[in-house]
Amino acid sequence: MGDADPVKAIVTPVRLEYQCSAGRAATRFLRGLAQRKILGARSRPGEPVYVPPRGADPRTAELTEEMVEVSDRGTVVTYSIVRVPSENIKLELPYVCINVLLDGAGIPFFHVLQNCPLEEVRIGMRVRAVWVPDAELAPAVTSIRYFEPLGEPDVPFEEIEEHT
Amino acid sequence: MRDVAIVSFAQWNGIEPERNEVEILRPVVQEAVERSGLARQEIDFTCSGSSDFLQGAPFAFVLALDAVGAWPPIVESHVEQDGAWALYEAWVKIQTGEVDSALVYAFGKTSSGDMAEIQALQLDPYCVTPLWPDADSVAALQARLFLERSGCSDRELARVAARSRRDAMDNPFAVAKGDFALEKLLAEPCRVSPLRDHDCPTHTDGATALVIAAGERARGLCERPVWIRGIDHRIDPPALGVRDLTRSASTSLAGEKAGVRRDRLDFAELSAPYTHQELILREALGLPASVRINPSGGTLCAHTLMSCGLNRIGEAALRIARGEGDRAVAHASQGPCLQQNLVCVLEGE
Repeated sequence: MGDADPVKAIVTPVRLEYQCSAGRAATRFLRGLAQRKILGARSRPGEPVYVPPRGADPRTAELTEEMVEVSDRGTVVTYSIVRVPSENIKLELPYVCINVLLDGAGIPFFHVLQNCPLEEVRIGMRVRAVWVPDAELAPAVTSIRYFEPLGEPDVPFEEIEEHT
Repeated sequence: MRDVAIVSFAQWNGIEPERNEVEILRPVVQEAVERSGLARQEIDFTCSGSSDFLQGAPFAFVLALDAVGAWPPIVESHVEQDGAWALYEAWVKIQTGEVDSALVYAFGKTSSGDMAEIQALQLDPYCVTPLWPDADSVAALQARLFLERSGCSDRELARVAARSRRDAMDNPFAVAKGDFALEKLLAEPCRVSPLRDHDCPTHTDGATALVIAAGERARGLCERPVWIRGIDHRIDPPALGVRDLTRSASTSLAGEKAGVRRDRLDFAELSAPYTHQELILREALGLPASVRINPSGGTLCAHTLMSCGLNRIGEAALRIARGEGDRAVAHASQGPCLQQNLVCVLEGE
């Protein structure tokens, strides 16, 4: 390299390690997953059940201390077909990611859909969680392998409109 | 200029690993809002200070809004700075006449990462950060120069530590506290020469929130509004070699603009993470010996990186509101070796 050449790049690796806490609310949610339970939380009866719970109602900042188990079945409120590879998701391309409104939940939950031809995915479709075998259950969202079609009649759009 | 007062203040410092940032922040924000006498929806503007580097996640500050409640949608802003700078933004917003009140909050969960390494990332990314100088070592360079220039000894530094920790005994939110004999402190080995453990900050997690309001609005809310009589912030050049590390020119200028010396002061709350930095700040602000420094114990005794400066302002306001003084200066600092400084003059009604 000559004196007049610009230094175009230098390599300065940065690596920081963190010990993060999921927090009290999300910890309960994660522990539930290890027991095949999906736990949400609400501030009081009649208010939305947040899944996953974050400790407070994000609208009002009220504490959401009442834990509520919701169903592992729900309705697709929106979806996207993924055709680009990701280092972190080892599913065969293309696959479908969904926002699923679990029965009993106040907000949709993010996951992936499998065992469903791409042309059949639709808003309003009923789906259920497929869990990993007992021995692989862990306090992690990966305890749910994916969602798959349930075969029930679709939910009319008007009934889920506020969640779309 | 519109008169702006601090009408309520709440804080928490400590380490509870099972709580995340939102869970630490929420009760503090709620307490400040409740004490203000305003309903959350009545507060016109929300501004916060925090650093995503402490969480190791991009846009982590956005999640903190769960602690505030953002529905119906609120007018909100954030600074990647100590919360004292968020207070400055809120104060400016009130000056524009757009809003009459604001919630200001800050949080720093320092226990998640390695503070010495995280702070290295604020240095020159090409020539200094690759060497990974830890925060204590960088401060020690400044301390050595300061002792040399001022003629102070490590005894003066230990005096700052002993006084701070003794005063911190009255502060439930201080972390390092206790009655320590000077000789005992000086018998300890250096951590990074010339600094001993007691010269370095005790890191903790923490959150701070306060509510400010303009003029008559503030008078209607509290018995003794604490007025922000002047507030200014200045910054020194970032490179450690281009400024006199033993003086804080930015603090002096901010102090002058904020009107620190326009009247007598009862006490000062200075955000000096290291003992020698308190001595540099006293000199920069021209504080006479009669001014009591850091009755709360200061940042040395509870360093959250992002909320400790706002805490100094809150602590000073609280003391004035209680009638333990009429006029005080509060200071916040960020960056290596006191690079960025904010000075705020507070006065009781």
